[in-house]
Amino acid sequence: MSQYMMLLYAPEVDEAEQAEHEAELPLWRELNESLRESGLLLASGRLHPAPSATTVRVRGGDVEMTDGPFAVTKEILGGYYLLDCRDLDEALKLAARVPLARYGSVEVRPVMDISELEELAEAAAGQA
Amino acid sequence: MSGTGERRPAADDRAAAAVALTFQEERAAVLATLIRHVGDMQLAEDAVQDAFAAAVKSWQRDGVPANPGAWITVAARRRAIDRLRRNRSLSDRADRLAGLLRLDAQEHSPVSEEDAIGDDRLRLIFTCCHPALELASRVALTLRALGGLTTGEIARAFLVAEPTMGKRIVRAKRKIADAHIPYRVPPDEELPDRLRGVLRVVYLIFNEGYAASEGDRLVRGALCDEAIRLGLLLSKLMPDEPEVWGLLSLMLLHDARRAARVDADRRYVRLEEQDRTLWDEARIRQGRQALERSVRLRRPGEYQLQAAITALHIETSDGSATDWSQIAELYGALVKLNPSPVVELNRAAAVGFAAGPEAGLELLDPLLGDPALERYQPLHATHAELLRRAGESERAAQAYEQAIALSANVVERVELEWRLKTLKAD
Repeated sequence: MSQYMMLLYAPEVDEAEQAEHEAELPLWRELNESLRESGLLLASGRLHPAPSATTVRVRGGDVEMTDGPFAVTKEILGGYYLLDCRDLDEALKLAARVPLARYGSVEVRPVMDISELEELAEAAAGQA
Repeated sequence: MSGTGERRPAADDRAAAAVALTFQEERAAVLATLIRHVGDMQLAEDAVQDAFAAAVKSWQRDGVPANPGAWITVAARRRAIDRLRRNRSLSDRADRLAGLLRLDAQEHSPVSEEDAIGDDRLRLIFTCCHPALELASRVALTLRALGGLTTGEIARAFLVAEPTMGKRIVRAKRKIADAHIPYRVPPDEELPDRLRGVLRVVYLIFNEGYAASEGDRLVRGALCDEAIRLGLLLSKLMPDEPEVWGLLSLMLLHDARRAARVDADRRYVRLEEQDRTLWDEARIRQGRQALERSVRLRRPGEYQLQAAITALHIETSDGSATDWSQIAELYGALVKLNPSPVVELNRAAAVGFAAGPEAGLELLDPLLGDPALERYQPLHATHAELLRRAGESERAAQAYEQAIALSANVVERVELEWRLKTLKAD
């Protein structure tokens, strides 16, 4: 089993369209329920809209804060799932079941496991 | 230094030839099986490479083994074990090592039965053609893993720099490992879709070799050969899939005319004007046989239909009348399966010959309004021909002029200009 992060992006829409999406709440519940039941769901969450974001950078020892998201893009990160899947095929199949996939985008990214992190650390130590 | 006798060089040659032959015929199968055993494409590839390098010296010294493929498999597995021992970073290294050592202890049953090998090569094909990989990467990876081309040759065939192609292949292999793209033949419910994707990659490789006029011609010919080899392999591994036979037939029927397609000045020669003695009759026969096999499976598909159309063109290009009504009918079936403007256009042209120019114009009419086709030269050339034959000289002249303006190819332009001139003379 491997962990996959699903990043849910969708364009910002007007209120009427937003209301249409909210009406799909039962679909989301259904998906979340089935993910939980099958034991694949590690975490999930919906984010407040992009204007609520604060972006932090430390440059030359100073903490800089920016009001707003890291990058201004057409599609905005609105939520995520962290899933435990057998392989990419299973993860992609689940991604296609996310209601937002029909009007937004679901980016599926494999999460590094401990051995991969160790590999990176070792490679870094070798370089030093 | 070479004072050991005169027979030595001959033995060296024999060993080198045996290694080359084994490489060509068995590398993909050995690699496919080893990937399943070690669970990592890069590691398997490195190990197989090591094994072939070791074979040269070993076979020169000890003679060519009775079963070279089995020798390479065992050697590659041992190299993989060595590499795994050294590489402590792989996540399930201990499990993989244990598995490999177990296999190695079973000695002398090194190559599993035919079926298992076939399955491994199918696994490899489906993994290389996985839709989560960029199309260009699928093509490159398939050629690299299953074909006999080097990265440099693939790069030359696709007109990109070798390091670019190398990076593309490495990136694809990394994604397979990092994202855990499974090494398997897709389950039944996904198979039709995924097989379509595989056939698309194979046909793309073929077309890249067949259609393009730029680049190193030899390497491009090699692409056609590789695509046909993949088609043959697929037809052996999936003999009940009609589209596999359909694609194989289509490729063979085109490839049979490769030599006649271009004249001494590297200009394109139309089917009717091709020198038939340059056609490869054996390939045509093979292509027809593949078409028959596909038809017998009674599930029509777009490659089968295209192959059938090509077969009809070949049959009648010796001067006898072309069976346009059957060709038109096949295009009609193709439009239903795969509605694309280019197929619609071909259908209109065929109907124009089968049922008269007016019937062709009727089908062509809706295409003229398609903005995607506005700058598509064949549309205007076909339009002009149909109008000319319908006796609408003025509108035909306009269409010829449009087609001439869009012609990128000198031969094509000269031909169209000549037709326009004779039209005005009428």
